Amino acid sequence: MGSGTSTQHHFAFQNAEKAFKAAVLIQRWYRRYMARLEMRRHCTWSIFQSIEYAGQQDQVKLHNFFSYLVDHFTPNNHNERDFLNRMFTEERSPQDSEMENCRDYESIEVPDSYTGPRLSFPLLPDHATALVEAFRVKQRLHARYVLNLLYEARKHLVQLPNINRVSTCYSEEITVCGDLHGQLDDLIFIFYKNGLPSPERAYVFNGDFVDRGKDSVEILMVLFAFMLVYPKEFHLNRGNHEDHMVNLRYGFTKEVMHKYKTHGKKILKLLQDVFCWLPLATLVDEKVLILHGGVSDMTDLEFLAKLDRHKIVSTMRCKTRKEDKKQAEEKGKANQTSSAGTPSPWFLPQSHSLPTSPLCPSTQKAHRAGRSSSVPCRVPLDPKELSHWVRHSVDLELEKCRQQAGFPEIKEKEEPLPLASEADPEAEGRREPTQEEWRQVVDILWSDPMAQEGCKANTIRGGGCYFGPNVTERLLQKYNLQFLIRSHECKPEGYEFCHSRKVLTIFSASNYYEVGSNRGAYVKLGPALSPHIVQFQANKATHTLTMRQRISRVGESALRALREKLFAHSSDLLVEFKKRDKDKTGLITLSDWAAAVESVLHLGLPWRMLRPQLVSSLTDNKLEYKSWLKNLAKEQFSHENIQSSLLEALYRNRSNLETIFRIIDSDHSGFISLDEFRQTWKLFSSHMNIDVTDDCICDLARSIDFNKDGHIDINEFLEAFRLVEQSCSKGYASDCQATNTNNSDCSSPDIH
Amino acid sequence: MADDRDREGTEIAVAEFHKKIKDAFEVFDHESNNTVDVREIGTIIRSLGCCPSEGELHDLIAEVEEEEPTGYIRFEKFLPVMTEVLLERRYRPIPEDTLHRAFEVLDPAKRGFLSKEELIKHMTGEGEPFSQEEMEEMLSAAIDPESNSIHYKDYITMMVIDEN
Repeated sequence: MGSGTSTQHHFAFQNAEKAFKAAVLIQRWYRRYMARLEMRRHCTWSIFQSIEYAGQQDQVKLHNFFSYLVDHFTPNNHNERDFLNRMFTEERSPQDSEMENCRDYESIEVPDSYTGPRLSFPLLPDHATALVEAFRVKQRLHARYVLNLLYEARKHLVQLPNINRVSTCYSEEITVCGDLHGQLDDLIFIFYKNGLPSPERAYVFNGDFVDRGKDSVEILMVLFAFMLVYPKEFHLNRGNHEDHMVNLRYGFTKEVMHKYKTHGKKILKLLQDVFCWLPLATLVDEKVLILHGGVSDMTDLEFLAKLDRHKIVSTMRCKTRKEDKKQAEEKGKANQTSSAGTPSPWFLPQSHSLPTSPLCPSTQKAHRAGRSSSVPCRVPLDPKELSHWVRHSVDLELEKCRQQAGFPEIKEKEEPLPLASEADPEAEGRREPTQEEWRQVVDILWSDPMAQEGCKANTIRGGGCYFGPNVTERLLQKYNLQFLIRSHECKPEGYEFCHSRKVLTIFSASNYYEVGSNRGAYVKLGPALSPHIVQFQANKATHTLTMRQRISRVGESALRALREKLFAHSSDLLVEFKKRDKDKTGLITLSDWAAAVESVLHLGLPWRMLRPQLVSSLTDNKLEYKSWLKNLAKEQFSHENIQSSLLEALYRNRSNLETIFRIIDSDHSGFISLDEFRQTWKLFSSHMNIDVTDDCICDLARSIDFNKDGHIDINEFLEAFRLVEQSCSKGYASDCQATNTNNSDCSSPDIH
Repeated sequence: MADDRDREGTEIAVAEFHKKIKDAFEVFDHESNNTVDVREIGTIIRSLGCCPSEGELHDLIAEVEEEEPTGYIRFEKFLPVMTEVLLERRYRPIPEDTLHRAFEVLDPAKRGFLSKEELIKHMTGEGEPFSQEEMEEMLSAAIDPESNSIHYKDYITMMVIDEN
């Protein structure tokens, strides 16, 4: 009988079945593990993005606040007028006669000891290549050559049209690159992998060359050098970061001043002008439109082609030509009656960074019948109209702020006192763009695509709009285009198609948020302009990490940033928690925790998904919020008693503070006087709603390495606050005493 | 009375589940229109604590898909189905020791490890086979480069710690 064989078969079958089942089990488990990793990756991305955009909104709000002050504040004495004036003198773009002064780079001596690259003009291709190589080995270009190169670049850019037309019949291929943000490694990698620019190899760089990364200067030098060497094949578009106001916040200004201590200011001044002369868009074969941000439903390419792009100094703030006073008054009165139940004014200090639209919707509808949506970050109403509206509902509020800031009471006036330089309206008309011009440019540089049809204000960024597939379609049809290439948004894969492949986002700064966060990419346009994407990640280290390690590394970084943000809002969080703990048990449910956190931070994050990484211990499925907050503080300072609302406020507003200081320090010297420091601080604290006494401010100033000559080194001041974190965590706990703003006796942290 | 309390308890649980499900769903709702790509449903379900097999996952997807599949899953359909899954505690995660025993089944000689080739053979040839990408990713973390094998007890421990 074959029972033996059949038993063997039976066993064999059973074993195979067991192995099968075991395999399924393992695969099931593994897939779940990977799914959780994937979820974490998405959440991490959201964290980085929302924090980045919140920062951009802050920036916009800050500038809107100052703009409003300048337009409506009536300085009562010489000092105050100067103080505010100084903040905006940078707005004035240099006249042509002033530009001649920039030739004084010729007087700058280059010492013999200088071993860096030397440039002579006209530049030759070899020079440009040598420059790349020099930067690759970390050499620095002497200020004289920087200025010389910028001067030559400006001469070239001035001749270019707003919309650069490029043809592929001369060069065989054309490569389009997106944001670089000061990441020289990525640029070098692109040239290495794709080849250096040449008459056969055309390039378009789509804006955002500077800020955030550490080599913005070098990137600009390389790009301008190649532009001069291959003017017909090498093209640059302006991005929203090619803007001196944005640079104040995002690091480029700092980088220049740090690398060029003597001549930095001159360089920045020249750059301010050069940026305005960058073309706004590039059109390839009349078919592919390349621009930095996007478009809106009002985008008019013919209008854009005709305007004077040089007048748009910064997209952050727009001093536009004032309309006829009578017209404005009429409009203002009309608006007053139509806007019943006015929402709270956008510019007043708010405790949260919510993306409330900077516009009052009712006034917008009444006033802008034609335009559907695209919103500039600043109120589109003529300051005159605004002042009427404002006076109606918020004068008291504003008075309070002004008093807090130490400015004397404002008497009712019909119109703001013009600042000295505004006296001549005609001259002003020549230099300032119109509202429409400014808006069209903002749309190009700031907009993002969205999946839904339509066009709405980009409240997340504070400028430009979100444009839908129908907007794209209409534009492409209207101008007979094939598709749109834009940048402006970081994508995990370095690129992304949307709107049925009619819009391509290309982003060339790899590892933008953190090492391992994303790839960079560039796109080559082949015959018939079909796009071919090449991806890269300029960091060897990431290649050896597994996905798991990469995600956890980036995730950790994101969570750290998030925890810092949470800490910075401790007081507000406590208030929200207490609201949800009516019985004063000290505990709240996780649901309430999530709701409270969102209501304070407004980051739109999936808090429940993030909860395990943010809240570690639970009592009976509830959270003891007070000790949770304490632990957050401990993480930041490793010190038990930090309840300092001052420190917290500083943390929250660190970049705002830095930006304000840099604005005050208009000569970029790095120093401001004690008086300016006090004024700045008052302005700052009234804007940010911080209650800080005068004494506290003095103590703060004194505790910083404060020279007897009455000047504060703002860099030291800012570093001091970063140092507080480090020195505290190193255990100098006794030095970090809580600043109790309730007491008049305030002991400020001993900062060294 | 007990019934009322039970019902209340369930209601609270359901409310909690709804919020959890919504949060997870929103992470992948890129267009903010309450739909996600059907290819992301697996990730969402698994990140909510469930550990279905591929077969079970396909069944679930069939339940939440439209009559005429659009490639997108709507939240209105997903929510009730997912809530049931959570209430019934379906597709529970696999305990560590069960997992360990599964590896041991594949390692009848009880050496404590599997060679790289053996792992590949089992994972890509049996069960619900891995794709090449999945296999490569698992290998990159699991294989000890010196011995070219996976010591599964250590591997499991490492992955479990990682999760937490």
